[in-house]
Amino acid sequence: MKEFTEQKATTLPTAFWRSLRRILPADGLLTKPTQVAVYECDGLPVYRARPLAVALPRTRAQVGLVLALCSRYGVPVVARGAGTGLSGGALPHAHGIVLSLARLNRIVAIDPHNRTARLEPGVRNIAVSEAAAPYGLFYAPDPSSQIACTIGGNVAENAGGVHCLKYGLTTHNVLAVQFFTADGVLHEVGGVTGEGPLDLLALLVGSEGLLGVVVEVMVRLTPKPPATVALLAAFRSLGEAAASVSAVIGEGIIPAGLELMDALALSAAQDYIGIPYPPDSQAVVLAEVDGDLATIELDVAHVRRLLLGHGAFAIEEARSEEDRRRLWLGRKSAFPAVGRLAPDYYCMDGTIPRSALVSVLAEIGERSRHYGLPVANVFHAGDGNLHPLILYDAKIPGELERVEELGAEILRLCLAYGGTISGEHGVGVEKLDGMCAQFTAAELATFHALKSAFDPHHLLNPGKAVPTPARCVEPGGMHVHGGRLPFSSLERF
Amino acid sequence: MTHDDTATLAAIVREAYDRQTPLEIVGGGTRRHLGRAPDGQPLPLASHSGVVEYEPSGFVVTVRAGTTLHDLDAVLSREGQKVTVDIPRFSSTSTVGGAIAAGFTGPGRPYTGALRDSVLGTRIISGTGQVLTFGGKVLKNVAGFDVSRLMVGAFGTLGVILDVTLRVSRCPEDVQVIEFEMSWSDARERLKRWEGDLPLTGAFYHRGVLSVRLAGRAARVTAAVRELGGERGRPEVFTELRDLALEFFRAPGSLWRLLVPPDSPWDPQETLIDWAGAQRFWVTLAPAQKVREKALQYGGQAVWVWGPDRSEGPWAAPPAATMALLTRVKAALDPQAILNRGRLYPDW
Repeated sequence: MKEFTEQKATTLPTAFWRSLRRILPADGLLTKPTQVAVYECDGLPVYRARPLAVALPRTRAQVGLVLALCSRYGVPVVARGAGTGLSGGALPHAHGIVLSLARLNRIVAIDPHNRTARLEPGVRNIAVSEAAAPYGLFYAPDPSSQIACTIGGNVAENAGGVHCLKYGLTTHNVLAVQFFTADGVLHEVGGVTGEGPLDLLALLVGSEGLLGVVVEVMVRLTPKPPATVALLAAFRSLGEAAASVSAVIGEGIIPAGLELMDALALSAAQDYIGIPYPPDSQAVVLAEVDGDLATIELDVAHVRRLLLGHGAFAIEEARSEEDRRRLWLGRKSAFPAVGRLAPDYYCMDGTIPRSALVSVLAEIGERSRHYGLPVANVFHAGDGNLHPLILYDAKIPGELERVEELGAEILRLCLAYGGTISGEHGVGVEKLDGMCAQFTAAELATFHALKSAFDPHHLLNPGKAVPTPARCVEPGGMHVHGGRLPFSSLERF
Repeated sequence: MTHDDTATLAAIVREAYDRQTPLEIVGGGTRRHLGRAPDGQPLPLASHSGVVEYEPSGFVVTVRAGTTLHDLDAVLSREGQKVTVDIPRFSSTSTVGGAIAAGFTGPGRPYTGALRDSVLGTRIISGTGQVLTFGGKVLKNVAGFDVSRLMVGAFGTLGVILDVTLRVSRCPEDVQVIEFEMSWSDARERLKRWEGDLPLTGAFYHRGVLSVRLAGRAARVTAAVRELGGERGRPEVFTELRDLALEFFRAPGSLWRLLVPPDSPWDPQETLIDWAGAQRFWVTLAPAQKVREKALQYGGQAVWVWGPDRSEGPWAAPPAATMALLTRVKAALDPQAILNRGRLYPDW
C-alpha cells in the first residue's frame, strides 16, 4: 500500500514555484508566514500545521493546472473552502500546499423551472438559498455554519443541518459535480437525476477531499413549505425528553427538525441570549413541522399529544417567522453559549439508533460524572445524531488527554449501540482512531484502494479520513491520539 | 425461509477469484434480461434470505439479499410499515439484492426519494472473496466512503450484495389516483405548484393524461381529492408503472429511460413521462444513437433498459478519462473482474 508522501518537497525546485506563480493570478499565491498563518487550522484549532503555500485560483482552469503541477512534483494538496470543518479535514500538510477554492464563488445559474442551481465550490451555503428565495425555493441542507461554510466544503463533508431529518443531507441534494482528479483531469458525474453508470457521486460526497477537487456542483432546490410551526417543549428530566423524541419518531412522524437541549446547554443559552426557558426545565425538545396547512394541523396536534404524554410540562408554539426565530435562537447559539461556561470545549459527533436515545444519554451522564468533566448535550435528536460538548480547561496538564479518553468512550458507546463515530462532522484527523474501531482492516484497505483509484499517489488531503492499517494496530486503539501536537501528529502519516 | 449463506458464498467467490473464472450473480432471476449479457457460472443468492434485524420503532430493517420483496413486504406490513422508496418488482420472486443491483426506482422517486437514498448500509462479498460491511443502520453516517450507495445500480459488478439495511416508513392510510386531461406544459406547472403542498407520491403523463397518486393520512388525501377534482383512476396503475408492467411497455422495440430536466417538452409524444417530468420511458425501434441524441438535445442522458440487442448496455461509455476512472473503481473492488463480467461494460 502506498504510504503518504512526506519524504518529498521540503525544498521544492524553483521551477515548481515559478510555474505555480505563472498559473495563479498576481495575488493568488501566499507564501509569507504571516499570510499563511491564517490557514494553519480549520474549525478544530487543536490541530495546526503550516503549509508551504496557499494557492488562491480564480478559475477552474487554474485549479486544474495547479493540480497537474503538484502531481508532477509530488506535492500534497489540501483543498479548502471556508475552513469551518470540525474534524481537521482542512488541516494543512506541512510539505504541501493549501488549495483555497474560496474565490471560485460564482453562482453559475439558478434554474427555477427545473429547480436546480449550478454553483462554484466557494459559494456560501446561505447564498444559495438567498439566490433561490425570489423563486420560492431554497437549498435544504443547512449546517449551523451556513453563513460561512461553502458548498464545496459541504460536498466534501456531506454536511447536514437541523432540517436534514426531512430534507436529507448534502448527498440527497446534489445531482451532479464536476471535479478534478489529482492529475488535473476534469470529470463530470451525475446528471439531472443524479444517476450514472457507477454512483461516483455517492463516493465523492463525504470523501473529505481525498478523491477529487470539486469545481462545480449542481444541487436540487426545494420549494419553500407553505407553512411552518415550531414547538418548544420543556421537560423535568432528560430521560423524558429523550423518550418523547423516540415516541415522535416511533409514530412515523417526520418533522422538519427535532432537536434536544439538556439542562447545562439550556442554562448556558439562557445566560448568553437572555431569553428565559420555563423554570425547572431540565431539557427542552424543539420540534419544527412544515408542509401544507392541513397536514401541519394534524402533525402539530399529534406531536403535542406525544410530548405531553411523555411529561412535557410547558409547550410554546410559534407560527410567525419572528416567533420561530426566537424559539430557535437558543438552539442556534448553543455552541457559543456553552463555550462561555469553560475555557475550552470538545464537540463530539456520533449517531445512534433513535430508539437508544434514553439509554445512551443516561450512560453519557454517568461517564461525565465518573470523569468529573461536565458534558452539555445539544443535538439533532430526530436523526439520532449526538453532539456531546465536553467542557474542560486545556491549561490544566493532562486534562485534554482525559477529555479525549471520555470522548473515545462516548464514541465506543455509539458503536456498541449500533451507531457510528461520525454523523456529520467527518473523520478528518480527529477520528482516525475511531475508524479503526468501526472498520476491519479489509474494509479500510478497500477505502485505500478506492482512494488509489482516484489518486494513485495519495496527494489529495493525504493522511485524513482513512487511517493506515499500521496506525490501527498501534497499542491503545482509540485511547491513543499519538501526537496531539500539531507537527508530530502529521509526521505519523 | 431464513438462512445465512455467507460462508459458502464467500468461499465460492474466493475460489473464482483464485481461478479467475467469472460468476453471474442470480437472485430471483427476474432481472436477468436487464443490462448486457454477463459471462460466468451462476452464483445463486436466493437461499441467502431472511430478515436479519427489524426494529419497527427505529424505521429501519436489515435483510439478506436473497429475500424476496414479497416476503419483506409481508414482514413490514404486519407492523403497518413499508419500504420508504418505491421499488419495482417484476414478479413475486424478485429479490432485495436484485433490486439494489439494478438500482431502479419507481414513480415515487421525486417524492419519496431514490433507491440509493433508502440504503443505509450493506454487507458485501468483494471480488476477492472478502466479506465487508459499509454504512450502518443510522440515518447520518459520514465515517468512510459511501460504498453502500455505490452498490446501487452497479449491476453486481462491484460486489455480491449479502445484506442491506433499508429505511422504512409507515404505510399510508389511504391511496387515491386521479387523472386530468391537459397539455404537458399545464401538467408540469401544476406538479410544480403541488409539490410540498399536497400529499403527492407519484405523477406520470401519458397520451395527454396526467395521473397523480395521493397517499398519506386519510383525511388529508380525501381533502386533496376534493380540492383537485379530476377523474378517479385505477389504483393499480402506479404499481403497474413501477413494475414496468403497463400495456405501454409491451410494444415491440427497446425500452429506454430518458433522464432530462423535468421542464423539457413532451418529445417524442410516444414517451410516457414519469417522475414529474425527469424520466421519460420510450419503447422504440429507433437506433440507440438516435435515442441518446434525443436525450442530449434536452441536456439529459439515455439509459437502455431492455430490448432485443443486449450488446448496447445500460449506459453509454463516458469520456475516456472518466471511463478509465470507472474502470479503476471497478478494479478496486473486483480486481479480476469476476463479478457479473460484461454486465455493465464489455470485459468488466
